[in-house]
Amino acid sequence: MTPSARLGRRTLLASAAAAAASPLAAPHVRGQVAPVKIGILQPVTGALAQDGEHGRLGAEIAIEEINAAGGIKSLGGARLAMVFGDARSNPEGGVAEVERMQAEGVVAIVGGFASPIALAASQAAARYDIPYVVDVGVSDQIVQRGLRNTFRFGPGFGTVTKAALDNLVAINEAAGRPARTVVIVHEDGLFGSGLARLLNAQLPERGFQVLEKISHPTPSRDMSNVALRIRALNPDVLIPSSYYSEFVLLARTMQQQRIRPKATYAVLNGAASNFRFVREFPEAANLIMDCNHWADPRKPKTAEVRAKAEATGRFRLYNIPLNYSCVRLVADAIERAGSTDRTRIIEALAASTFEDHIMPYGPTRFVNGQNQGAAPVNTQVQDRDIKVIFPREFANANPIFPAV
Amino acid sequence: MSKASAYGSVLALGAALGALPLATESNVLLNFLIFLLIVAVAATGWNLLGGYGGQFSFGHAAFFGTGAYGMAILQERAGLNAWAALPIAIALGAAVGRVIGVLAFRARLRGSYFALVTLAFAEVLRILANVLPMTGGAAGILIRLRIDPWHFQFADRRVFYWVALGFLVGALLLVRAMERCRFGAWLVAVRENEDAACALGVDTVAVKVAAITLSAAITAAAGCLYAQKFLYLDAAIAYGPWISVEALLAPVIGGAGTVFGPVLGALVLLGLGELTKAWIGTLTGGAVPGVDLVLFGVLLILCVAFAPRGILGLLSRLRFGLRWARS
Amino acid sequence: MQSPEILLAALLNGVMTGAIYALIAVGLTLVYGVLHIINFAHGAILTAAMFAVYVLHAAWGVDPYLALLPLTVCFFVLGYAVQRLIIGPASHGDDGNILLITLGLAIIIENALLAVFRSDTRSIDVAYAFSVVEVGGLFLSLPRVLAVAVVLAVVVLLWLFLARSRTGAAIRAVAKEKMGAELCGIDVARIYAVTFGLGAACLAVAASLLMPTYLVNPRVGNAFVLVAFTIVVLGGMGSIPGALLGGLVIGVVESFSGLFMGESLGQIGIFLIFILVLLVRPTGLFGAKA
Repeated sequence: MTPSARLGRRTLLASAAAAAASPLAAPHVRGQVAPVKIGILQPVTGALAQDGEHGRLGAEIAIEEINAAGGIKSLGGARLAMVFGDARSNPEGGVAEVERMQAEGVVAIVGGFASPIALAASQAAARYDIPYVVDVGVSDQIVQRGLRNTFRFGPGFGTVTKAALDNLVAINEAAGRPARTVVIVHEDGLFGSGLARLLNAQLPERGFQVLEKISHPTPSRDMSNVALRIRALNPDVLIPSSYYSEFVLLARTMQQQRIRPKATYAVLNGAASNFRFVREFPEAANLIMDCNHWADPRKPKTAEVRAKAEATGRFRLYNIPLNYSCVRLVADAIERAGSTDRTRIIEALAASTFEDHIMPYGPTRFVNGQNQGAAPVNTQVQDRDIKVIFPREFANANPIFPAV
Repeated sequence: MSKASAYGSVLALGAALGALPLATESNVLLNFLIFLLIVAVAATGWNLLGGYGGQFSFGHAAFFGTGAYGMAILQERAGLNAWAALPIAIALGAAVGRVIGVLAFRARLRGSYFALVTLAFAEVLRILANVLPMTGGAAGILIRLRIDPWHFQFADRRVFYWVALGFLVGALLLVRAMERCRFGAWLVAVRENEDAACALGVDTVAVKVAAITLSAAITAAAGCLYAQKFLYLDAAIAYGPWISVEALLAPVIGGAGTVFGPVLGALVLLGLGELTKAWIGTLTGGAVPGVDLVLFGVLLILCVAFAPRGILGLLSRLRFGLRWARS
Repeated sequence: MQSPEILLAALLNGVMTGAIYALIAVGLTLVYGVLHIINFAHGAILTAAMFAVYVLHAAWGVDPYLALLPLTVCFFVLGYAVQRLIIGPASHGDDGNILLITLGLAIIIENALLAVFRSDTRSIDVAYAFSVVEVGGLFLSLPRVLAVAVVLAVVVLLWLFLARSRTGAAIRAVAKEKMGAELCGIDVARIYAVTFGLGAACLAVAASLLMPTYLVNPRVGNAFVLVAFTIVVLGGMGSIPGALLGGLVIGVVESFSGLFMGESLGQIGIFLIFILVLLVRPTGLFGAKA
C-alpha cells in the first residue's frame, strides 16, 4: 500500500466516523491500525533459489492465515505485512536486506535458509535488536554466539545426527541386526561435511563400521564414480547427505547399475523428502529413508498447509512447514508482547511456549536461542508416498528394512 | 597534470566520500557504501595489474580470499590482535600474488592464458580451503563478535565506513604514485608493446611480478575488510569466482588504467544491481525471481555498447569533443 | 588398490563423461579460435538448450533424440543472431567489451530461465533412460554409450566442414589472419556469426545427449564451463581434435582422481594438470606454436 493511498482512506474514514459513529464502522477502524511489518528473508535467486522459494511460500501462507483470522489481537487486530528480501544466495545479500528491512521498520525477521546467510543476517539484525528466527540453517554455530536476538526453531546438526543414529539403531535391532557396514556420501559444503564428520565419529560407537566417507562437490556433473565405489565397497547401509540434484543423479545411477544396499538411509537429504523426486522417479526413490525436518502428520493444520502449497503448483518441501511455523511463532510472540517493541518481542520469544505450529516438536522452549524440543523425523518412500516411520508415536507406516 | 592536482583529486574524492555519512542517516545506504568500498579496493588492486599492466586476471579471488582468511585465521587460531593481523594478512596475499606471478610470467603466459591460469589457482585455493582444518573446512570460520575498535569492530557503522574509505584512498594514492614514477611507465610500456619494452631494456618479467605483488596486496586488503565486516568466511565466499568477476568488471566498466575507473565502475555495477532490485521489487513485490538480474544484464550490455572504453573513457571523449568544438 | 574391474569401469565412465565435455569444449574452442574471445555465455546457452529439450519433451512428448536435429538448427540461428545483432555491434571489436557482453548475456539467460521455470531441478523420463549395455559384467548406460558415438560423428562432421567447405576455409582463414582474410574479400562479421552459431549448435547437440540421463535447472550449465575451459587449454585453443582428445583425457583424469582422491579433492587434479600444462606447454597438446 502506498502512503498516499493509506492517507486517503484515513481521511475518508475520519469523516465517515464523524458523520455516524455506528457499530458498522468498527471493522474499518480496526483496519486503521498500522500493520505490523515482518521481514521474510530467503534466497530466491542464485544457487539456493529452490529452497528460498518454498520458504517464502510457507511464510506467505502463515501471514495470510493470521490476517484472515483477525491479525494481532493484542494490537487491535493489526495485520501482518510481509517485507520480503531476496538474499541472493550469499551472506552480503542477506545483510543488505536486513538493513533495508530495518529501514522499513520490521519488528522481526524470519528465514535465511542456509547457515552462512543465517549467520551473517542474524548478526546484522542483532545490531538493531531485531528478533531473528532462523528457519533451517543447521550449523550449530548459529546459536553458539551468544546473540540474544537469534532463535532457531528447528534442530541443529547435533540433534539431527543423534536422532538419525538412534533411529537407525532401532530399525536395525528390530530387523535382527542385518546391517553392519556403512558408506557415507556427502556434499562437501558446510551442511554435508558437518554431518558426515559427526556421523563418522559416532557410527562406530553404535556398532557400525564406516567403510568409506565419499565427498562430492555441489554441483556435480557425474555421480557414476561414486556409484562405482559404492558397488565395490558393497555396504549394508548407504547414508547420503547431498542437495537435490546430486542425490537424484546418484539414485538414478544406482538404479541403473543395479546397486541395492539393504538400506539407503539419508540424513537431511535434499531429495529423499521431496515429492518431485518421488513422483518423477518412483523406482529410484522407492524405500529410501530420510531423517529430516518434517511436518507433524497428526496435526490437522498440516494437511491444510499442504493443500494450500500444492494449490500454488509447488512441490511440498520441508521449507514450507518450517517457515509457516516460524512465522506463527513470531506472531504469537508479538501477540503476547502486546507491543511492537523489539526488546519485548525478544523477551516474549525467549519465554515462548508456542504449540500451534505444525512441526512435531511440542511446545517451544528456547535455551540460548535453540528450541529444545526441535527434532527431525524419519520418513520412508513407500507406495509412491513419503511416510513417517519414526518417532513411533505418530508414524503412519512401519519401516521396510532390509529393502532387499 | 601537476603533482598537486594529481594527488589533490584523490584526496578531494576521499573528502567528498568522507562527508557522505554526515549527510545521511540511512544505514541501508551506509551498508551499501561499505560494500561498495570493499569492492572498489579489490577492483583498484585488479586495475593496477589489469588496467595499467594489461594482464587480465580472472583469479583475484586468490588474493582476496588469502587476505580474508589470513585475517580470520590469525585472530581465531593464532590469537593475534586484529590490527596486528592486518599487515600480515596483506603480506600473505602479496606473497600468493608473487608466487603466481613468478610462475606465470616466467612461463611467459599472456592474454587468455594468463587469465585462465589465475582462475585455476583461485579454484585450487578454493578447493583446499574447503577441506583444510585450518580454514575451518566446509564449516567456514567465524570471527568472534567483539565490538570494540581494538578488535577492528565498531559499534558505529560510520567508523567502519571511514576506515574502509581510508583503505581506498590509500590504494588510490598508491596507484597515482605508481602512475607518476618510472615503474608506472614501464608497466604501461609492457601493456602497450611488451616486445618493444623488452627491446628497450625493461625487465618485463620483473615489472610484471612487482605489479602482481602490489595488486595482490591491495586486493588482499579488501579481503581483510570483508572479513571484519561480515565476520564469517567459507571457501565459496573467500575464494569464489564472484569477487574475481566484480574486481574485473568494475575497472572495465569504469575505465581500466585510470585511477578512478574502478571506483566509478564499482558504483555503477553495484548501484545498477541495487536499483534494478529495488525497482523491480516495487513493481512486482519480488514475486518473480530473476527479473531484476535480467534487467541488470541488459543495462550492463547497453553500458558497454555506449561507453566502450569505460565511463571515464566516454567522459574524456565528450570533453575532448567539447574542447574541439570550442576551438 | 582397486580391482581391475573397477578401474575399467572408471575408465569407461571417464570416456563417456569426457565425450560430452569434449562436445561442449569443441564449441568453446571454435569460438575462441576464430573470435579470440572467451565466451562466458557458453554455460548459459547450454542451460537454455537443455531447457529447450525439456520443454519439447514435457509439453509435446518429443523424444530428446528427435529434438536433436531441429534444435541444432535453431541454436545455430540463435547463435548467429546473437553474434550478429548483439555481441558484434555492442563490443566495438574490443576484447574487454566482449567479455562483459558475454557475461551480461549469461546473467540475462540464466535469470530469464529462473523467472520462467523457477529454480526447481527438472528431468525428463524416457523409457530407455535406464537401459544398459552389458559388457563383461559391466553395465554401460545406453544413452551415454550413444552419446559417445554421436559426439564422435559430430566432431568428424565439423572437422570435415572446416577442412573441405568454402565457408570452412573462410573460417580457418579468419582464425589465422583476420586482416588478410578481410583483404581477400571474406566477410569477417558473417564468419564470426557463423562460428558463434556453430558453437551454439554444438551445445544443442550436447543438451539433447545429456537430457535423457541428466537434469536441468537454471544454473546447470555453469558446472560444465570451467571444465570446458580446461579442456580448451589442454587441447590447444582453437583446435578441434585437441578439444576432443582433451575432453576424453579430462573425463578420464576426473574419473580416476575422483576414484582415488574423492570427488571433492579430485577436482584439484583437473586444475593442477591445467596449471602444469599452461606453465610447461601453454599451446596445449595440439595447439600450433605461438
